[in-house]
Amino acid sequence: MKDLVYLPDVVTLNLCEATCNGCGMCIKVCPHDVFELSGKKAHIVRKDYCMECGACALNCQVKAITVNSGVGCAAGIISGILNNTEPTCGCSDSKTACC
Amino acid sequence: MKSAYITGNIPVNGEVIPVVSTDFNTKDFLGAVMVRWGINRDRYRVNPGIYAIGSPGPEADVFVSANYKLSFDSLRKNLKGKDVWILVLDTKGVNVWCAAGKGTFGTKELVNRINIVNLDKIVNHKRLILPQLSATGVAAFKVKEETGFNVHYGPVRAADIKIFLADGYRADKQMRKVNFSFIDRVKLIPNDFIYGKFYLLAAMALLFLLSGINSHGFSYRNLQGEGGPAILKVFLAYFAGIVITPIFLPYLPARFFSIKGFYSGTIIFLILLFTRSAGDNVFEILSWFLIITTISSFLAMNFTGSSTYTSLSGVKKEMKISIPIQIGLAFTGIGLQIVEKLIY
Repeated sequence: MKDLVYLPDVVTLNLCEATCNGCGMCIKVCPHDVFELSGKKAHIVRKDYCMECGACALNCQVKAITVNSGVGCAAGIISGILNNTEPTCGCSDSKTACC
Repeated sequence: MKSAYITGNIPVNGEVIPVVSTDFNTKDFLGAVMVRWGINRDRYRVNPGIYAIGSPGPEADVFVSANYKLSFDSLRKNLKGKDVWILVLDTKGVNVWCAAGKGTFGTKELVNRINIVNLDKIVNHKRLILPQLSATGVAAFKVKEETGFNVHYGPVRAADIKIFLADGYRADKQMRKVNFSFIDRVKLIPNDFIYGKFYLLAAMALLFLLSGINSHGFSYRNLQGEGGPAILKVFLAYFAGIVITPIFLPYLPARFFSIKGFYSGTIIFLILLFTRSAGDNVFEILSWFLIITTISSFLAMNFTGSSTYTSLSGVKKEMKISIPIQIGLAFTGIGLQIVEKLIY
């Protein structure tokens, strides 16, 4: 099946190739095959497929990756606005969850 | 209470470690079905701690999992015939990916749990296998710094674990990718269906009451005659947003989920139109078109939270554009409905 893709040109993912040490961890943790390793550096090759989960940035030891990560969930964003918090789904408290 | 999946014990350093079965019995299956319908979902948990599969020794691999029983079940089921350890984290009964997003399946809890169970006394190596999707919460290099253990991210799906092990702890490109197949989407429908029940009841109640309006004010006879069909139309709109949209997700030609939902709502509306059930005059027909498509559009937008490929930035953009339009269409639809009833 073809990979599903959301909106073009909205993703906040950024990779500083000068800082990258080529460890390849971002490639191992990315669920949407966004990165590629060539010339001992990681490169962003499928940016629009990124869902901003933040796994790459968290696991980048040299902090070469930045992304404004969070839940891509409309119900979560609404509840964040209503409760004046970050967008959040009801996953970890005792209420029923959206995801 | 002793859990049915625990079949014995292994003594290690004076502690007793429970052995778990790799068989999936009827009770596990029924439990899984109920959880999908939102029944007992918040209490479907496993106690955090260390467990054994088969008869593992100090050389055996350690797999890390969440304490949501569905996550734990899919792991143990796929370790049949192996002799390994399972370290269950306290993720508050939430699955791996959501818990990682929340940080409960995170570096801190993993480090903490390694220390609580004295993992370095149970095994003589420094290898931990984590589900890849936990990487959103776990920084592998920090775990190494704080405990000496090396995190190996395994495949996304537990079903690929045996190939991952046979390949020398290597997950290939397909194993690392998250899909959103027909089956994946269908499994989510029951829970979303139950989750949105208050929207459904509120919309049904509103349209039911509106159906009582007539040129003289309000009539109970109108309510009796038209209340039922009004409730049915709202239910069909709900069905379009929560069932039709996820099923046909890749085939509804739009990027925005709200537009995908608008299309599913349109399908329902056209069925009503062709069965002469959409209304008696142009105002009523138009008002139902607006109400049905808006309900479906709004609910479909909420499915972004269940999907596996929408980003926060994307959903924010979609909402900024869609919500004002949805509000406008909903008010126009309800306004037309009232006007129509006062005129005819």
